[in-house]
Amino acid sequence: MTVDLAIIGAGPAGMAAAALAAELGLDTMLVDEEDAPGGQIYRGIERAAQSSPLGADYLAGRELAAGLRGSTAHYRPRTTVWHIDPDASRGGTLSLTAAGKSETVAARHILIATGAIERPVPLPGWTLPGVMTVGAAQILLKTADLVPEGRAVLAGQGPLLFLVALQLTRAGAPPIAVLETAPRANYHAAARQLPRVLWPGRRDMAKGLALILGLSRAGIAVRRAVRGLRALGRGRLERVSWEGGEIAADHLFLHEGVIPDTQISLALQLAHRWDDRQLCWRPVVDDWGRTSLPGIAIAGDGGGMPGPRRRRCRAGSPRSMRPRRSGASTTRNAIAAPWRSAPASPGNAPSGRFSTRSTARPKAC
Amino acid sequence: MFRPRPESPAATIAVEVEGRTILVPAGASAAAAVLMAGLSSIRETPVGASERGPYCMMGICFDCLAEIDGAPNRQSCMVAARPGMRIRRQRGARAIEME
Amino acid sequence: MRRFDAIVIGGGLVGTAIGYGLARAGLGVVLLDEGDVAYRASRGNFGLVWVQTKGLGAPHYQRWTRRSAEEWPLLAAELGERTGLDVGLEQKGGVQLCLGEAELAKRRTMVEQMRAEAGNFGFEYRMLDHDELAAMLPGLGPSVTGASWTPYDGHANSLLLFHALHKGFAGAGGTYLPNCTVSEAVAAPGDFRIAAGGETVGAPRIVLAAGLGNAALAPLFGLSAPVRPQRGQILVTERTTRAWPIPLGSLRQTPEGSILLGSSEEDVGFDTSQKPEIMRAIARRAVLSFPWLAELQIVRAWAALRVMPPDGLPIYDESERFPGAFTANCHSGVTLAGAHARVFAPMVATGTLDPMLAPFTAQRFDVPAAA
Repeated sequence: MTVDLAIIGAGPAGMAAAALAAELGLDTMLVDEEDAPGGQIYRGIERAAQSSPLGADYLAGRELAAGLRGSTAHYRPRTTVWHIDPDASRGGTLSLTAAGKSETVAARHILIATGAIERPVPLPGWTLPGVMTVGAAQILLKTADLVPEGRAVLAGQGPLLFLVALQLTRAGAPPIAVLETAPRANYHAAARQLPRVLWPGRRDMAKGLALILGLSRAGIAVRRAVRGLRALGRGRLERVSWEGGEIAADHLFLHEGVIPDTQISLALQLAHRWDDRQLCWRPVVDDWGRTSLPGIAIAGDGGGMPGPRRRRCRAGSPRSMRPRRSGASTTRNAIAAPWRSAPASPGNAPSGRFSTRSTARPKAC
Repeated sequence: MFRPRPESPAATIAVEVEGRTILVPAGASAAAAVLMAGLSSIRETPVGASERGPYCMMGICFDCLAEIDGAPNRQSCMVAARPGMRIRRQRGARAIEME
Repeated sequence: MRRFDAIVIGGGLVGTAIGYGLARAGLGVVLLDEGDVAYRASRGNFGLVWVQTKGLGAPHYQRWTRRSAEEWPLLAAELGERTGLDVGLEQKGGVQLCLGEAELAKRRTMVEQMRAEAGNFGFEYRMLDHDELAAMLPGLGPSVTGASWTPYDGHANSLLLFHALHKGFAGAGGTYLPNCTVSEAVAAPGDFRIAAGGETVGAPRIVLAAGLGNAALAPLFGLSAPVRPQRGQILVTERTTRAWPIPLGSLRQTPEGSILLGSSEEDVGFDTSQKPEIMRAIARRAVLSFPWLAELQIVRAWAALRVMPPDGLPIYDESERFPGAFTANCHSGVTLAGAHARVFAPMVATGTLDPMLAPFTAQRFDVPAAA
């Protein structure tokens, strides 16, 4: 089987790309390991109720999923890509497994849209039953409407920590504590950037403040600059301790930011660069998402630094929440303009066209 | 130790977790079913027999391995709960079956 | 410049075994390691201590491999004592499985030839038929017609071996310099100065053990190491309960339960990418050997470049132009670790190689084809 475009990952970038490519007449295949479209950000979106405690930003993903379903793209859920053979001229051949059977699909172009993962940060006791990621708590809420029973502690740094604390609270299961591990120095450094980012970053800032105010109104204690975090217990989590404190707990949800999922890009031996700010590897891509191999590109949160004019970011902010209006993308935007609708926002009637720009991704998870 | 949030839709899918039948909502994974059944661990590691349960819920940590409908070492967070599904603990290394 | 008794270039299994052997003999050794940019054949081993397929038509190699197999348990024991690490050596024999009648006949001829060539050194083996094998290896596939068995074969945890050699090296006073690619080399008889990674080191003895990197380094020291990369791919399964009491040549199970499937050989230059058709061939043969393997999940697959001398046999040499310069090159860095640490290194410490290694000189490649 040969396709024009094979997209890996049915998150926001993948869904938007698949629908647009199909509409433009490309024979498109979208492959994803999960049961349903949405990736992690919009996990479970097709079953989401209007009353979801996850909020309007999450519900905005329904449009993307509907766009995918309504397109002529071949959508292959429950399918794993386990190997890619790059073609010397462009694209390559994907080896896939679905329902225990393996097959190959040749693609003239490949778009990797596998997104991001939560940064795994080992700490003593992190393998104890009862310890999970903050993302896992959110996935349980999204896919099964489940909330933790008993005493839940969230620990780490980054907006997702506060967002999920608030979402759990709205869902009737407020955490007993939020422990933030970001050092105070990060806040001082971020404060120095405030004058230049205040206006371009106003929306993200407003969202962040709303999160923090929401938690404060709900009476959730937030401890800052926590060090020496440990999970303790015999056979399962019983307490969470840190330098200068301890609390009995049934659940500990950890989060230390998001980093690109580089499994496929590394397996392809694409060029990567170490990102000193976010402390992670990123695939090297140009403004169009093109990698070091012809016909293979990366879109979405799995992508790389947009070249030498990097955006500075707030302390602990995941890349997806950074404002993306760099001068380097002006040329790209101008060239792509004819294929774009007005920027999507919740409440717009779907125009049938979707933007592959970063604004197709949500502004909050 | 997870419960349905208030105002959640009714749970309608019956699955068996370690022999006990429970109802889970459509869209729940086998890992979610395990947590709804009140278990926090679903496997023992092959070498150290350490207790492990779901951690990432998105298929990258491989700690949620369970025996599902007789098939061992399946990532339970990547398997959607279906009526009649049998979910059991993965006790250490996979046992080899030689017919 | 820092002065040492010996410089070893290359921090893989060959370099560390030799470096450890030298340090253990009381020499002040510096081990220069290139770092992650090196070709690193050591990451591509299968973990076998394998004797029965080595040295057909080359009795000196057969004997050298046997010697290493004898030294191996002694090396394992002393590393255990020195470092506290158990390298997991199991040396209870091994089998080379045969599928079909032709393979079995060929195998029988080969081991008979090995015995004949071993002369009074001896070579013990047995040919096992399907039923004898099936009694030892449950679930054996019907396509397996038999196997050759020798008592000398075994396997070990090569990662722990590597760790133990490094730890033993440091414990014996060795100096390890990582991320040090050789940038300049000055050679004179009994006097070698190497600039690497911003350091300069000097010693009267030097051993080139840089694997595929030796090809470029050797001529600087009046030596020759015409080694080529050979790509091999491996598949690794999920951990299972114990299936096999011994290693099986192209299949082995680790004590933790992972089953490793090999083997393959490709001449593709320095390309480390994997090819699904090779994976399929490996899987097919494995499943023919043991049908129940088909149910297992593959959790990892990789390709690596191994070191291949022109005739497959090791190259050991000492420089005539620059006495004190040595080189060691081989395909079987795990199997020969015993000999490298406990036989080769002491030779280097005395300043000259024993005549038993004379047939391994690279000068054998200079012999013109029969006129």
